[in-house]
Amino acid sequence: MERNTAPADELFKPIESNRFFKKPKPSIPMWKESIINITKNKLALVGFLLLLLILILALVGPKLVPFTPNEQALTNANLAPSSTHWFGTDDLGRDVWARTWSGARISLLIGFAAAAIDLVIGVMVGGISGYMAGRGKLGDSIDRGLMRIVEVLYGIPYLLVVILLLVVMKPGILTMIVALSITGWVGMARIVRGQVLQIKQQEFVLAARKLGSSHTKIIAKHLLPNAMGVIIVTLTFTIPQAIFAESFLSFLGLGVQSPVASWGTMANDALGVILSGQWWRLFFPAVLISLTMFAFNALGDGLQESLDPQSKK
Amino acid sequence: MYFTRRVFSMLVTLWIIVTLTFLIMHSIPGDPFSTDAKALPEDVLENMREKYNLDKPLPLQYVLYIKNLLLLDFGPSIQSNRDVNTMIATGFGASAILGLQSLVLSIILGIGLGGLAALYHHRFLDFLSMLIAIIGISVPSFILAPLLIKYAAVEWGLLPVASWGTWQHTILPTIALTVGPVAIIARFVRASMIEVLNQNYIRTAEAKGLSDFQVVLRHGLRNGLIPVITFIGPLFASLITGTFVIEKIFAIPGIGKYFVDSIFNRDYPVILGTTIFYSIILIITLFLIDLSYRFIDPRIKLSSRED
Repeated sequence: MERNTAPADELFKPIESNRFFKKPKPSIPMWKESIINITKNKLALVGFLLLLLILILALVGPKLVPFTPNEQALTNANLAPSSTHWFGTDDLGRDVWARTWSGARISLLIGFAAAAIDLVIGVMVGGISGYMAGRGKLGDSIDRGLMRIVEVLYGIPYLLVVILLLVVMKPGILTMIVALSITGWVGMARIVRGQVLQIKQQEFVLAARKLGSSHTKIIAKHLLPNAMGVIIVTLTFTIPQAIFAESFLSFLGLGVQSPVASWGTMANDALGVILSGQWWRLFFPAVLISLTMFAFNALGDGLQESLDPQSKK
Repeated sequence: MYFTRRVFSMLVTLWIIVTLTFLIMHSIPGDPFSTDAKALPEDVLENMREKYNLDKPLPLQYVLYIKNLLLLDFGPSIQSNRDVNTMIATGFGASAILGLQSLVLSIILGIGLGGLAALYHHRFLDFLSMLIAIIGISVPSFILAPLLIKYAAVEWGLLPVASWGTWQHTILPTIALTVGPVAIIARFVRASMIEVLNQNYIRTAEAKGLSDFQVVLRHGLRNGLIPVITFIGPLFASLITGTFVIEKIFAIPGIGKYFVDSIFNRDYPVILGTTIFYSIILIITLFLIDLSYRFIDPRIKLSSRED
């Protein structure tokens, strides 16, 4: 056969060294890969753009109409949405469009602050507590100690703490954020702990440990990314709950003061008048809270899929 | 041994909660008589303060309170001339019925909705159930309740407007209480089941010929249940001890309103009594949840001494 007659040199020609041993692709850092994945996810993109739109309107919205948020005009009270008053007016003749977008600033700030507290304190406490449970005597006491703190914070009446804060601090956004940060994170901490307790039993965590990863690295790089799904779900509830908590705190006199608008206070004030048919005063703040939620959910779903190591194809 | 240690640590937690609440309560301005003080002459006020031990130094008040507490006596309410024990005993029934009804309903609907969404991930049913969930969470109960009263009770006359008595009275408040938790539970079930359904053991279960239903129920749901159970714990404690807003709107004779009213009235024994009652339920529930983790996933180890 012809092949046999080929000269030995041709049969044993040295191959280019990188034909079989391809150079490994430069590894992409996790966060970079996540960003690439997010931009591919259409739902996440929709969420992101919607959120951007809401943020932009919160900044420029009140300036688009010739009314200021707190300007009263009693002759124009209780007008339905029209071409002059896009979202109608309230019982004092204030323009609901202007109030909605100036209120957006406070509500979004509170929402983001609550989310940040959840992420920083809640995820950290939950991650450490869950990881340390069952890891020797010291680990057990760390988990127990942290969980007892969580129980105490759940147990003490929140309202009492808030009134105490009011005595110590001036009412305002900062006080509200402090009030949220005292107890806002306990739910997240417990959720993350439960999730970490389950995930850390899986083989890949043991493997990472045997390969010499530090505790911190295991928590941050292996456990938390796998718990991302429930972390994001919890975050998307924290935001509207904080927006509504703000209206409750403002009602108590701890939050924003009377003429200043926020979505929560607008919805609260509108409650008395839904029965008399002025739907627009409740409708617009409520729909915007829902849209913000939707945007976060969509963005969160996209994030979850791109951050979750298990769902890679 | 493990059990006695846990009971001891629960009692310590409870004691810390009582002490902190006591301290905070007395450090905020105002006292139980400051709201209607104008009507009362000074010597009557003094008598009242003496009757409720409010004239004694704070450490002594604390010792006296703890002594009564060890005898399971929450003391008398300052505002209503009733024992706090009686107030809780008479009101707890209504709150607990509403709470349990809405809890059971939230769990069933939440798991159903979330499970459907996970099974039909990225398809129409997923989208629909998540839309319902988003609307559910962004319409809080204090907005939903008046709307329910307006339509279901006043305009269509289907159900009683408010108050308490028959089973029909519980329907509207139960709906108002259920919508939020359903949305949250559905989202948790969906998120953790999507993750679980991607795992290898699910593929194994499918490969060995189990029906879809069995795969989802026996393997998928069980392993995705931990966040749901974790969320349900505090929810259970707060639902069965009543909800301030709902009890006010529907005029329900429960104990939920005492939690807020007592603080505004500075009714010290009621503040402490309701706090302790809620905390006991909460602490026991959280303990049971920790135990249930091992039941759901036997690999979970909470304490290094267990094995």
